[in-house]
Amino acid sequence: MTTVYDKYEPVIGLEVHAQMKTRTKAFCGCSTDFHASPNSNVCPVCLGHPGVLPVLNLELVDYAIKMGLATKCSIAENTLFARKNYFYPDLSKGYQITQFETPLCSGGHVSIRIKDKSIKRIGITRIHMEEDAGKSIHDFSDDDTLVDFNRCGVPLIEIVSEPDINSSDEAHRYLYKIRQILVYLGINDGNLEEGSMRCDANISVRRKGDERLGTRTEIKNLNSFKNVVDAIEAEIKRQVDLLESGEKVSYHTMTYNAKDKTTSHTRSKEEAHDYRYFPEPDLVRLYVGKQQIDNVSSELPEPPDERSERFIREYGLTDAEAEEITSEKPLADYFEGITEALINKDTKTFKVSANIFRVDVKRVLNEEKIEINKFQLSPKVVAKLADSVSEGKISASASREVFAELLGTIDEEQQINKFAELENKYMQVSGESEIEEIVMRVLSENEDEVDRYKRGEKKLAGFFVGKIMQASKGKANPKIVNELLIKNLELNQQ
Amino acid sequence: MTASIPSGLISIRQQLNEGTLNCRDLVIHYLENIEAQKDLNVFIEVFAEEALKNAEEIDVKIKEGKAGKLAGAVISIKDVIAIKDKGLTCSSAILKGFTSLYDSTVVARLKAEDAIIIGRVNCDEFAMGSSNENSVYGAVRNPYDKSRVPGGSSGASAVSVAANMCLASLGSETGGSIRQPASLCGVTGLKATYGRISRYGLVAFASSFDSIGIFAKHNSDIAAVLDVIGGHDEKDSTSSEHPKGNYLSDSSEEFDPSKVKIGYAKEYFGEGLNEEVEEGVLAKIEKLRSKGFSVNEISLPHSKYLIQAYYVLTCAEASSNLSRYDGVRYGHRAKDYEALEDMYVKTRTEGFGREVKRRVMLGTYVLSAGYYDAYYRKAQKVRRLIRQDFENAFEEVDFIVSPTTPTTAFRIGEKIEDPLAMYLSDIYTVSANLAGIPAMSVPAGKDVSGLPFGIQIIGKKFDEGGLLKLWNSIA
Amino acid sequence: MAVTIKDVEKIATLAKLKFDGEELEKLKGDMNQILGYIDTLNELDLTNVEPLENINEIENVLRIDEPTDCLSTEDALKNAPSKTGKYFKVPKVIDK
Repeated sequence: MTTVYDKYEPVIGLEVHAQMKTRTKAFCGCSTDFHASPNSNVCPVCLGHPGVLPVLNLELVDYAIKMGLATKCSIAENTLFARKNYFYPDLSKGYQITQFETPLCSGGHVSIRIKDKSIKRIGITRIHMEEDAGKSIHDFSDDDTLVDFNRCGVPLIEIVSEPDINSSDEAHRYLYKIRQILVYLGINDGNLEEGSMRCDANISVRRKGDERLGTRTEIKNLNSFKNVVDAIEAEIKRQVDLLESGEKVSYHTMTYNAKDKTTSHTRSKEEAHDYRYFPEPDLVRLYVGKQQIDNVSSELPEPPDERSERFIREYGLTDAEAEEITSEKPLADYFEGITEALINKDTKTFKVSANIFRVDVKRVLNEEKIEINKFQLSPKVVAKLADSVSEGKISASASREVFAELLGTIDEEQQINKFAELENKYMQVSGESEIEEIVMRVLSENEDEVDRYKRGEKKLAGFFVGKIMQASKGKANPKIVNELLIKNLELNQQ
Repeated sequence: MTASIPSGLISIRQQLNEGTLNCRDLVIHYLENIEAQKDLNVFIEVFAEEALKNAEEIDVKIKEGKAGKLAGAVISIKDVIAIKDKGLTCSSAILKGFTSLYDSTVVARLKAEDAIIIGRVNCDEFAMGSSNENSVYGAVRNPYDKSRVPGGSSGASAVSVAANMCLASLGSETGGSIRQPASLCGVTGLKATYGRISRYGLVAFASSFDSIGIFAKHNSDIAAVLDVIGGHDEKDSTSSEHPKGNYLSDSSEEFDPSKVKIGYAKEYFGEGLNEEVEEGVLAKIEKLRSKGFSVNEISLPHSKYLIQAYYVLTCAEASSNLSRYDGVRYGHRAKDYEALEDMYVKTRTEGFGREVKRRVMLGTYVLSAGYYDAYYRKAQKVRRLIRQDFENAFEEVDFIVSPTTPTTAFRIGEKIEDPLAMYLSDIYTVSANLAGIPAMSVPAGKDVSGLPFGIQIIGKKFDEGGLLKLWNSIA
Repeated sequence: MAVTIKDVEKIATLAKLKFDGEELEKLKGDMNQILGYIDTLNELDLTNVEPLENINEIENVLRIDEPTDCLSTEDALKNAPSKTGKYFKVPKVIDK
């Protein structure tokens, strides 16, 4: 059933501000440590005292280039900084140092997999460097606001997408991808809720088939994936409703109200802002040469998409397995720590490794709420376990127990020793003659059941298996047990 | 009044080393001069106790042979240059009560070489003005005629040297604020090449023009100070790594006239130039010729556009640089206000004087939407043409001479109502700021009422040594 | 491009300044006079001239990403016109 909303196509562009994980601020040597007490990571420069001057952080430039390269942007050979002038208590100089006419990176893209599983490219118009403002605390009292300047001057990159996004779902996927790349590169911690990543959405709608763009509105400061999706949905609806009732959409900056899921005009006079951009006279031109780009490029980790594809090719993983394991770089690194240490580098063992990783390792991470870098088992030990299972030495079910028992041990060497012990303990008996002996004994001890089986109660196979496993203390290789059981039961039939 | 002290740091240092003079007596001498001439309204704060204490410490160091390069130099600082734990007001109500939390690089360097900083001096508010009348502390008076201005914005700095309140003074320039008062007060004032002296700690007026400069009576004193405060500073991204010259040796030598070509810009000798000043400057030019220097006419064709380009760019940058004075983190905040917007407006309206407000308004206008290309960008292009004029001229000559000011000191209150007339009096000096090149005003004579005026020498980029050397042939 | 009183008021809002009627008139006069003088720049042909941004054409001044000393909170707040605890205090933006 089509609704009126289906007549319209949403056109969305997202602007992401990401704090860079440099040790110091963009233009002064104050620490960017987020856990400091208020107004303690400040100096005359970031407080905008009379007479101070900015000096650009080398690392910020490298980080911005990294993001540019990772999103296939061209890196500008020569750029300037600019001043964006406006008054606000948390903006200590009364202007923000940013890049206006000359962004460092431009013309890139990311690929997202959309609902129908096809790949869609979302263009990146530009990425530029700038500084963050301080934090205002509005709920202190009715009359006053408190200001903390620790965040003032923290480096940001602003990533502006082309208006290539056409639904809230695509927006979600795009944002997820940008976040993934930022975290992969190690330049941002991907924490939307804490504000280290912030998103503004530019939204307009047009009738399907129409080439002209509608008038856009801008929703600022969306601080969770859910809010991004809901806000976009709410605004699309609002705009379509307006147009359908014969009215026009006019440009406004908006805010999203999570409580009632609506968007409304911000009451501040944002529209009246004339930022009076001009080149920052206290900073000099930045030239980025091929050598620097090559250096940064050589430090880039393999991008998540490419790594996922490689895992599918090299390790025979499924799309879902590869995507899950490569969703975060530390996870993918750990997994390759396992594969590298494997003796049996074949698809079977890779798949076993993936299974142990996704089931056992991930369970511990979830239950203990830790990151992989705090997970105590060395990937070398996990590799040994995977090899063992793949070679049939330990059964799949036994492997769960071995894993659990390994968890108590901390040191890698001790873990390897412990594993050797456990392997012995849980070693499957796979020798055919050994197993056959047990099979025959069990069958001879349970003649009544054998008779019943022969007369049609095939379900009793399970009963025999149980007895055999019991007799072998769980060590008999189930596959071989089954084969020999059937063989002997059929035999007896004669 | 203590016995007179020798003139110039070289002589002072000699006597200090011999033991016939000590720093303590030196400081007392200056303090007495300061006290006796309070009506000139020069000092905002005199660091009497500290200066005496420093003097005693330095006297010990001199005896031990460990004294720094500037031991014996007593220096005043224009109140736009930060001194740690001292007030910094830029002669503005908006910074009344503000204490700087850090030393500017120049002050730190002075202290490290045992200079004694005797106090902070008055100036035009935020360095905007040519008469030192625009100050929350009131007008400064010219020691040659107390009814007249000393020039500005570093007027008090010039007076502190002219009236023997200190050996040298650090001031600042954006469009002539060192050279013009030097001319009107009969002392030497050097504006170094842009980027030669660190701006870290100099309260910004127009960032791409601001330069710290030095006043003194002797070129050797200027050389000694420049040698200490000049040079690259990693805290200032616009500071130059160009190596320093040998300023002290240059200041003690003279040029071989046959090796130096001097030019004078025909555009600078015309309407508006006072007859006596013109005569005096031309007399100096004759003096140079008589020594064997060739002094020929050159052209700086874009001279008629200097003031326009200067005002667009400096007001634009100033309007942005002064946005930080908002009553939030320091300085004045209005007493009664309704909410944030009201607080901002009241604070800034109360805190800034008329001239500052006028320039902030002009600057905001030329940067505002729709006007950026028409004004700011255009002025930046004109700036390149002006710089080109000098580059072309310096292919033919090594130095350019001109009057520093079109007149001698005008009366207090005379020009303040007519901003354009005030701006036009900067006409000879702003060119060096636009082009970023060094320039110095050297005393050239006095008019019939005894009011001084100077002759200006403009040099190639980073040729402060050349200016200091040429001084010996002109002064 | 003559400046009107409305223009002056708009600029004053951007610059966070307020002028009374008489001051506005004077300012309008001053600004028009100065801007009129500045308009003589239009006599020049600037088509092939690049703007001069950086007088010494220095490039790439960069700082190593190593922390330096910060101020103590006490010093940071030392000059504050209004503070509470470890924060600067300002009046709220009241919606109009």
